[in-house]
Amino acid sequence: MRRGSEILIEILTWLASLIPAILAGAIISFLLFNGASAISWRFITGFPEKGGLEGGILPAIMGSIYVSALCMLIAAPIGIGAGTYLAEYAPENVFTKVVRFFVELLAGIPSIVIGLFGYAFLVHGLGLGFSILSGAIALAFMILPWTVRVSEEAIRAVPREYRYASLALGASKWKTIRSVVYAAARSAIITGLMLGLGKAVGETAVVMMTAGMGVAGYIPASPLDPARTLPVHLYLIAGEIANTSEGLRMAYGTALVLIALFLAVSIPSIMLRNYFTRRLYGDAG
Amino acid sequence: MKIDDAVKILTFLCAGSSILVVFLIFGYTLLEGLPFLAKYGLSFLTGLYWKPYADPPQFGLLPTVIGTLSVSGLAILLAAPMGVLAAIYLAEYSGSGLLRSFIESATQLLVGIPSVVLGFVGLVFLVPILAETFGGWGFSILAGGIVLAVMTLPHVICISSDAIKAVPREYRYASLALGASKWQTIRRVVLPAAKSGILASIILGLGNAIGETMAVLMVVGNPEVPYIPTSILDRVRVLTSTIVIEFNYAVWGSDQMRALFAIGVVLFIITAVVNLLAFHILGGRIHAKGI
Repeated sequence: MRRGSEILIEILTWLASLIPAILAGAIISFLLFNGASAISWRFITGFPEKGGLEGGILPAIMGSIYVSALCMLIAAPIGIGAGTYLAEYAPENVFTKVVRFFVELLAGIPSIVIGLFGYAFLVHGLGLGFSILSGAIALAFMILPWTVRVSEEAIRAVPREYRYASLALGASKWKTIRSVVYAAARSAIITGLMLGLGKAVGETAVVMMTAGMGVAGYIPASPLDPARTLPVHLYLIAGEIANTSEGLRMAYGTALVLIALFLAVSIPSIMLRNYFTRRLYGDAG
Repeated sequence: MKIDDAVKILTFLCAGSSILVVFLIFGYTLLEGLPFLAKYGLSFLTGLYWKPYADPPQFGLLPTVIGTLSVSGLAILLAAPMGVLAAIYLAEYSGSGLLRSFIESATQLLVGIPSVVLGFVGLVFLVPILAETFGGWGFSILAGGIVLAVMTLPHVICISSDAIKAVPREYRYASLALGASKWQTIRRVVLPAAKSGILASIILGLGNAIGETMAVLMVVGNPEVPYIPTSILDRVRVLTSTIVIEFNYAVWGSDQMRALFAIGVVLFIITAVVNLLAFHILGGRIHAKGI
């Protein structure tokens, strides 16, 4: 009897642990099943026609690429710099405690609040208007905690002996960091940043309030142009035109392209990241 | 030597930037929201009617606050038991093989799925099912709670399982040596020792749920004039959805726009308190790998 209930509990917890996989699988296959028929060359490389009922989503794809690429250009160097300071230079003092605290605080701020702030500070305060630049800066604020954390973690994981060996050879501290520590931590930093990119690509509220809704029919030419990204496009057409069957098909297609972009960035980085964590920390990681 | 100093200063500035950014965000949101809060005072939080276009306009947030609490509360009620069970499996039963790696990867994947995609799936799949099953609109607290539970679950799993893993092995050995079974050990020894970490994971999940925007927005219905819900099938507005919906119509500098910033201040304070609480419980380190 006791043996039976022990096994029952184990099965119950096992089932619960499979729920995330089942949910992720179900969502992805649902979109694949319903959206695949909308995907065509014209859909990927065309412009919206008839208010989004026909045609393609190229402007939204380009908008997403511009905004998230510029966002990474801002957030990655600052994150790596902060991670380097926390892992290499900072003694465990009040300042680093305060920094960690604020990094966590920033990570907890709802994205909609960052969107509001971006609208007040970037769009109006600095006069950048609804633009790719405003969107990228606001998004960079959102993923900054992530880039700081992954960089610090990756740099900390580099064995001390590497540094001792380099320093013993007469290399300066910076030379050691640059040539030895970064070289060893590179792959882990890059996969961590890629996961951050995945977050940036999928974010809606922040971008909508800073990069604007854009004009669906045109590809932005300068960082000061407004842009409509894929998630924003999906939100807008889901609300406006998804009531018609053609519109619904376009919405499914957009959702599928968005999730495909997200998976293309995330799956390799999650797998590599797990591999690195396992290799560095062994079982405990 | 010079370069070393320059690098140290530069990286120091990078590290300090997070502090600056938090102050900027809170400062600017407060700056825009304060005039409104000064003008309307507490009636903002206790008022029953949100009619920004009436004359005089009314900005009562109470039904929206209740909407947020009921949707997030339902999400946590759904996600917490499943999340803790899953965490127990990951930490105690799974060993370190392929299966655990698969489960962890899937959990990380689920947490990253863009919320607008989850909202869309909720809109085209969940809402019609609920409408058919229970009648009515389908847009409801229930729909919002289910979608939010999907988003909250991975957070609960990751942080709880870390808390359970952090319980020293010796505790388990001692219990097992006394003849307790594996489950007795987990229930009487491991879970009580990991209690505060599990609690923190639930608090953090709640904070995430309160701050989540797009997925909730697309399935809760957002009635024109929010009312206090009496059933789980009622449509509600939440704090975040109000900001997105009215942002498109509000004029910069108007009371309505300032009201949205005041909501932003409320959200900032709620999530800051939640995070500080969890930060305190977990002793200074919140985020585990993966999230």
